[in-house]
Amino acid sequence: MKIKISFPEERVKSPILSEIILKTGILVSIVSSRVDSTGGEVIIEILDKYYETIRDEFIARGVSAVPLNTPICRNEKECIECGACISVCLSKVYGFDKDWNLTMDMQKCVRCGLCIDMCPHQALSIDTDGD
Amino acid sequence: MAKTIAEINKKIASGDVCVVTAEEMSDIVDDIGAEKAALEVDVVTTGTFGAMCSSGVFLNFGHSEIPIKITKMFMNDVEAYSGLAAVDAYLGATQVSEKAGMKYGGAHVIEDLIRGKEIKIVAQSYGTDCYPRKELTTTVTLNDLNQAIMVNPRNAYQRYDAATNGSKRILHTYMGKLLPDFKNVTYSGAGILSPLSNDPTYRTIGAGTKIFMGGAEGTIIGEGTQCSTASGFATLMTTANLKEMTKNYVNAATFEGYGTSLYLGVGIPIPILDAEMAKATAVRDADIEISIKDYSVGRRDRPVIQKTNYEELKSGSVLLNGKDVTTSPLSSFKKARDVANELKSRIAAGTFFLGENTTTLPKKQSAKPMKETNKLPVAGDVMGKKVVTVEKTESFIEAAKLMKQNERNHISVVSKGKLVGIITSWDISKAVAEGKVDTVEACMTKNVVTCSPNETVDVIAKRLAKHKISAIPVIDENQNVIGMLTSEHISKLFTRGKHE
Repeated sequence: MKIKISFPEERVKSPILSEIILKTGILVSIVSSRVDSTGGEVIIEILDKYYETIRDEFIARGVSAVPLNTPICRNEKECIECGACISVCLSKVYGFDKDWNLTMDMQKCVRCGLCIDMCPHQALSIDTDGD
Repeated sequence: MAKTIAEINKKIASGDVCVVTAEEMSDIVDDIGAEKAALEVDVVTTGTFGAMCSSGVFLNFGHSEIPIKITKMFMNDVEAYSGLAAVDAYLGATQVSEKAGMKYGGAHVIEDLIRGKEIKIVAQSYGTDCYPRKELTTTVTLNDLNQAIMVNPRNAYQRYDAATNGSKRILHTYMGKLLPDFKNVTYSGAGILSPLSNDPTYRTIGAGTKIFMGGAEGTIIGEGTQCSTASGFATLMTTANLKEMTKNYVNAATFEGYGTSLYLGVGIPIPILDAEMAKATAVRDADIEISIKDYSVGRRDRPVIQKTNYEELKSGSVLLNGKDVTTSPLSSFKKARDVANELKSRIAAGTFFLGENTTTLPKKQSAKPMKETNKLPVAGDVMGKKVVTVEKTESFIEAAKLMKQNERNHISVVSKGKLVGIITSWDISKAVAEGKVDTVEACMTKNVVTCSPNETVDVIAKRLAKHKISAIPVIDENQNVIGMLTSEHISKLFTRGKHE
């Protein structure tokens, strides 16, 4: 599963992620990372069973960690299900079912953002809120 | 026995009409044959829902209290052509906003009008005795206009080319984002449901044919612009009342780096006059051939990389150069089905009748290229034709010697005959300054920007500026270096004449 970790300004200089990895021994893939002096947001991917352990470690260090279930948001009012997003997504998130409805497999998303500006109807956006 | 359109319309009026979609018709003809199908089926409905850039609306605003003969007009900052009498304008779908750029264009104004939104109008004039007013600003909705008539110069292409990208950079096109190294293929059109593919000899589709357009009942005016019946790329000029359209079938779009376009649902009912028409409407995705073209070639004649068909494209991938490449439609097949089904239910309900085509499309007509009186030279005409290359494993001293012998500052670096880098006199100066004695490979630039011999110099000049480079190797389709084009070659065009 993907987890969104939000670092407040005062915590960006601490090597929190490394500390937690060393302490728990949990393997973590970094999906995306945006950190500057005002704070930061890192999306990590871990096995589902480690979620609670990881979350508690972050919270104990004053950092929020929430599951990211919809890395990409699709505005269904704008989407016409053309499928333009399918071929630019190298992670194969998008596809069609047998009735030509657009399908999305969020587990595969690495938040590269290539689909966002491919969409002719501006129906896709990167979810920055988590849920 | 052949049916007539008048007979079919009688059946529509009495509710006895047999109408099916083009998808259903393929199965029917397979099951019972074209002869029997022609007896049973009266109308086949088609549908397509895709980007139709060549679309727009004629608008009449009515006269203001102090009259104005509008010479320039903006609608939500999008210019509408107003060189049409006093208060008429034509708003094109691809005109982009003066302020918001590609994010908002004529297509968006059209969609906003349909949604009932207010549109800000700014108009100018030079003022005359009969039209004294020189400036005007107001806000209107679709209801405030006398007429809003969509007239689209070129809609519903019979077929489309599919697009891919053989270059090393991402391309932003009207076919969407094309990834480098042939990593994706995009295509348009509805295949089996495509209107003109279901009447490829244009027997029943022509001026006067009634159509479904954007939710409204529309008419075909005649051949569309660039209509090329000779090559199977016919187009249609269409019209319908914008006031009768619905948001469901009209959507504004922006293609990043290209601009705005209008997605429009167009459906054409095809009368099944006889077995020949039944057979034509039984066309399937596999029967409609499509060329996949390389959009990295910035010329009119883009090279065909491969032939394919809608069945393969719709399967989700095509085999291209031995690799499975993912395909994307840009048109919505689901919405094309909605169009064909909506048209079918209107005909079945007796609310949509067929129109008789009074003039057929011109046969054996092709689209000519533009006559250009001031043609720009291409890379192949201007480049340095003597090919000087150096192996990547050589010492950079060897590259320096080659530069001196051949009086040039740029040399292509090759390995096994293929281009792997470029080394410049600046690269060598740097190596010398740093006291290095190294191979060419260690000093060269690895990600080489290249061009093809058929590209025009203006396109290449922009590429040189974009990458802040002064020379570009010219390569053929097999990636072999056939020359080098430098900024010096380009500047010589202006000082010595073009082909000196």
